Order: sequence, then structure tokens, then C-alpha cells
Amino acid sequence: MKILVCITHVPDTTSKIQFTENNTKFDKNGVQFIIGPYDDYALARAVELKEQLGASLTVLNVGEAETEPTLRKALAIGADDAIRINAFPKDSLFVANQIAAIAKQNNYDLIMMGRESIDFNGGMVHGMVGEMLGIPSISPVMKLEIDGDTVKMAREIEGGKEYLEAKLPLIAGCQEPIAEWKIPNMRGIMSARTKPLQVLEPVSDETATNVTTYQLPPAKGAVKLIDKDNVAELVKLLKNEAKVL
Amino acid sequence: MSVLVYIEHADGSVKKNSLEAVSYAKALSDKQGEGEVIAVALGSVAQEELVKVGHAGASKVVHVNDEKLNAGIIQAHSEALAQVYGKVGAKTLILAKSSLGDAVAARLAVKLNAGLVSNVVELPVTASGYKVKRSIYTGKAFAETIVNKEHKILAVKKNAVDLKTDGSDAAVETVTLDIHAENFATKITSTDKAKGDVLLPEADIVVSGGRGMKGPENWGMIEDLAKELGAATGCSKPVSDIGWRPHHEHVGQTGVKVAPSLYIAVGISGAIQHLAGVNSSKCIVVINKDADAPFFKAADYGIVGDAFEVLPKLTEAVKALK
Ligand SMILES: Cc1cc2nc3c(=O)[nH]c(=O)nc-3n(C[C@H](O)[C@H](O)[C@H](O)COP(=O)(O)OP(=O)(O)OC[C@H]3O[C@@H](n4cnc5c(N)ncnc54)[C@H](O)[C@@H]3O)c2cc1C
Ligand SMILES: Nc1ncnc2c1ncn2[C@@H]1O[C@H](COP(=O)(O)O)[C@@H](O)[C@H]1O
Repeated sequence: MKILVCITHVPDTTSKIQFTENNTKFDKNGVQFIIGPYDDYALARAVELKEQLGASLTVLNVGEAETEPTLRKALAIGADDAIRINAFPKDSLFVANQIAAIAKQNNYDLIMMGRESIDFNGGMVHGMVGEMLGIPSISPVMKLEIDGDTVKMAREIEGGKEYLEAKLPLIAGCQEPIAEWKIPNMRGIMSARTKPLQVLEPVSDETATNVTTYQLPPAKGAVKLIDKDNVAELVKLLKNEAKVL
Repeated sequence: MSVLVYIEHADGSVKKNSLEAVSYAKALSDKQGEGEVIAVALGSVAQEELVKVGHAGASKVVHVNDEKLNAGIIQAHSEALAQVYGKVGAKTLILAKSSLGDAVAARLAVKLNAGLVSNVVELPVTASGYKVKRSIYTGKAFAETIVNKEHKILAVKKNAVDLKTDGSDAAVETVTLDIHAENFATKITSTDKAKGDVLLPEADIVVSGGRGMKGPENWGMIEDLAKELGAATGCSKPVSDIGWRPHHEHVGQTGVKVAPSLYIAVGISGAIQHLAGVNSSKCIVVINKDADAPFFKAADYGIVGDAFEVLPKLTEAVKALK
């Protein structure tokens, strides 16, 4: 059993987002980078499956050299080896092409991703790779069990969940509560230093989109406070001023 | 040439977000002369529901009335859509951003060699290249994005355009497709869904409770207000983590992203990860007993007070309005 987990290297969820160079580049100044929270759920579940089934676990990132600490963290959490495709992740198609190429060479049984990245929030890469490989892609997956070659999953749908079954190989885009985030321990951190991290060049340069400029949303005006003993006033304002009732 | 719109439905009723996607397609076609707006509905959908699709802006509905497509099996829906896309000679596919919509859009982008943009918030501008504005960093920023493929797929966020209801009746064409059996290989064994409630991702008003509500036994107050407003109920992450509320109500960075006209947050501190899920709301009301709660900085209206006193009064005041 071979498992691949694809991880993003993204700004911490508390980061203030800013741009530089005439709003054409993300401003990394003072920003802390983390494993994407959804990818972290995928990784946590993959580590559990690895222990349960004796599987091998590879982590993959498409990114420049600066993402290596993030890959090392994934190794410390429990992955066996890492692959970095040495390129800026230009768009979802670009990333999907790289992941599909690695997957074709290595025949993974299960590919786990996050439901979406938290920088570009596309929720697209897993579906694209699934189509490129001709295998099912299921997302957002909140529960995943393996029973022989059958995968039993729960998928979140609007207003509830849906239980499904499919055969390996497949791709799952994961979210909570599939597993609890894992924090690397000292032993994990030590062993991560010597685990293999392979750097490969991209196989294709194709993109479908490119960003010209970034913008921030307009600043919010000050809050209008209403006295707690005059709740009817709030309802009046919502109706007549905000016109939302 | 035409614009195709993917219609999602829940047990035969067309989803409101899909109707908005139809109105988006109509506005796009009017603006850019993209030709006819054709909607595709997969599975059993009532005729009167398809009428709404016409009123939202489609001139034609292709109805693939095949029971096997009632369940949203991603690969089967992708293949069905690709077949219809080819048949009608479309150049653009519009769909509402949703968990099924995303999954289907991504597979279609590869099938059709199309340029896909997600979280679209406005109509495209085509003065120099095909430029689309999309929301990124979970609503904290926007990116102007050029699509460099001939075929385009846009996954549209709620509120990108106003829902239209004054269109004429659409002609419904019922078609049969031959979908590969292997695309039904994923089996949906059961579903577990709240019945009759307003769906959170589509709701126009949301009433959300946080840890300040103290326990699940106090949610009656949130529900009473929601009922009076015709609203959906939501919650913060710790509330669903502890199991006070079901997971699908969890709003924020790692939960549902909502974009209602009115979001009422009760006993929620306003952590940045929670705000990431609500920053597309038109109007935000915060009720919190701590005047320094960060949520007030993101709010339009606020009441500093105890939720247990304010909520019943608010419900009464809404009742009195009617
Ligand atoms: C990677 C990551 C992702 C996350 N994703 C999310 C997410 O998607 N959604 C999310 O919500 N959180 C998320 N969080 C958690 C987030 O950081 C906060 O911990 C969480 O939002 C706090 O929930 P809360 O406001 O309900 O609770 P608290 O922070 O405990 O706040 C409770 C509030 O209730 C008020 N209060 C108490 N009693 C009363 C009363 N009687 N009447 C009125 N007000 C009262 C208090 O003043 C306080 O402001 C995430 C965290 C991380 C690290
Ligand atoms: N640059 C990348 N490197 C590796 N995996 C990625 C990358 N970008 C996206 N992914 C994976 O695809 C998922 C969905 O991403 P997205 O389509 O960008 O929302 C993420 O949660 C990751 O698992």
C-alpha cells in the first residue's frame, strides 16, 4: 500500500495579507508559513493509515526551495520521504500536471489532499489530478476507512453528509474531523532531518490562468453600537438603514 | 455559441445558488454577446422547478431525466455535463461554487481543456484578454485573473450578481445520454441530512452562536430567532468540535464560507479564522458581552450585552415587526 499526501506551504491563518510591487506580488514580510490546515488533516489521517496498514507515505509539494521546512515538518509528523517539484505553483492546472506525472510513475494506491488550499482556495487540484489519472476524486471527505481494496468515506454535503464506497486507487480531498492535527515530537523532528527529500524539475509548463494584480477589500467603517435595552432600535436599523430585513 | 449552466438540486428542488449562476450567465451573455444561456439539470427534477430556471435567465433547459443521476456522483455528473457541453456547442460553463460544483468543475476543466477560475465575484472584463476577478486568501483579498484558454469554466460565488426572477419560461428539452458504467463506480450508500431547514451555504440570513452560548441546551434561543427571521443557524469551530452543534454548521476558515445579506453572531469572539468565513456578508451584527471582543471591529451593528438577555428581546422585536 502506497500513500501520497500533497501539501501546500501557505501563510498562517492569522496572517495579515498584503501585496508589494504595485500589487503584483504577495508580501512575505513577517508572514509565518505552515502546512495548509486541510492538508494537515489529510496528513494526520495518512499517518494513522500508515501505522494501521503498514503503508508507505510520501509527501509532495510543488514549490520553490523556501517550502522545504514545511516538507521537513511533514516528515517529522510521520511521512517516510518527500518530493519537491522545483517550481512556483503558477496555477491549479500547472500543479495538477506535476502531481499527475509523479503519480503515474509511482502508482500510489491512495492520494490524499486538502479539500482546498487556503491561499488560492480553488478546491480544484484533486479533481484535475483525478481526471488526468482516470480515477475517482472525492471531496470534501470527513471520514475515511480502508477495508481491503474498498474505501469507505463520509463526504460533507450542504446540510449534512453522504456515506460512500469506492475502490482503490482514488483521490480524497480531506477536511476535519477526518483525524486530529498531529504535532511533531522530538524523535520525529530528529529523524526528519535524515529522511530523503528528492527535488525534481517540473514536467510541463502549461497554465490556464495568470494573475495580473491583487486587491484588498475596502476597509470596514466603524460599528454602530445600540443600547442593550433598546433592541427594537436594531431591528429598525436593519430594516430601514441596512435594508436587510 | 452558448453559455452552459450546471444546475444542482436537492431532492428535486433547484438550489438557489444555481439559480444565481443562471442569472450570472444571463448577465454575461447580455454583456458579451455569448449567445444563448442553456441550463443542464441532471436527474429527476420537477417541471415547476425547471420553470424557475427560465425565470432566472435561461432560454433553454436540457433535462437529463435519468434517475441514476439523482445522486451527485462526481464522475457521472462530469461525463454527462461534458457530453451536453459538446452537443450544444458551448464555449463557457458557469456553475455555483459548492462542494459538488467544485469537484465537477475541476474534472471538466481537464476533459474540455478549459481555463477554470473559482470563487468568481464579478462579471469578466474582456477589453484586454479575458479577465475575471476572484476572491483568494479566504476572502481576505482578490486577484484579477486572465484566462488563456479558449474554453472557460467559472465557479461563481454567491452574490456575484443579483438573482433575476423576471425571465420568460424556458423551453425544456429532455435528453437521454449514454454514460459509461465505470463512472458510477463510486457508490453512495446513504445520506444523513437535516430536513426542511434553510441550508447554511445558501441562506440569506444566518444566526450563529459561539462558546458564549455556554451549552447546547441554550441553542433554543438561537433557533427561535432564526425561525422568526427565516434564517439558517451556524456556529464557531469550538462549538462543533465539542459536539454542541453538527459539523456542517461550523462557519469559518476551515468550515462553511457564508455570504448572506445578514450575519448575526452571538457569543463569538471574532477570531480571524472565524471572520474568514463571514467576510463576504453584506451586513454583520455582533452580540457579545465583552465590548473589546474583536468581532465588533468587523461588524456593522453591535450590542454589548448578555446574549441570554438580548436574544429573547431581539426575537420579540423581530416578531413585532411583522
Ligand atoms: C488553523 C485554524 C483554523 C480555524 N478555523 C476556524 C473556523 O473555521 N471557524 C471558527 O469559528 N474558528 C476557527 N478556529 C478557531 C478560532 O481561532 C477561535 O478559537 C474560535 O473561533 C473561537 O470560538 P468562539 O468565539 O465561539 O469562542 P471564544 O473565543 O471562547 O469566545 C466566546 C465569546 O463569547 C463571549 N461571551 C461569553 N459569554 C457571553 C454571554 N453570556 N453573552 C454574550 N457573549 C458572551 C465572550 O466575550 C467571547 O467573546 C481555527 C483555528 C485555527 C488555528
Ligand atoms: N503547490 C502545491 N503542492 C502540492 N499540493 C498542492 C499544491 N497546491 C494544491 N495542492 C493540493 O491540492 C489541494 C487543493 O488545492 P486547491 O485546488 O488550490 O484549493 C490542496 O489542499 C493540496 O493538497
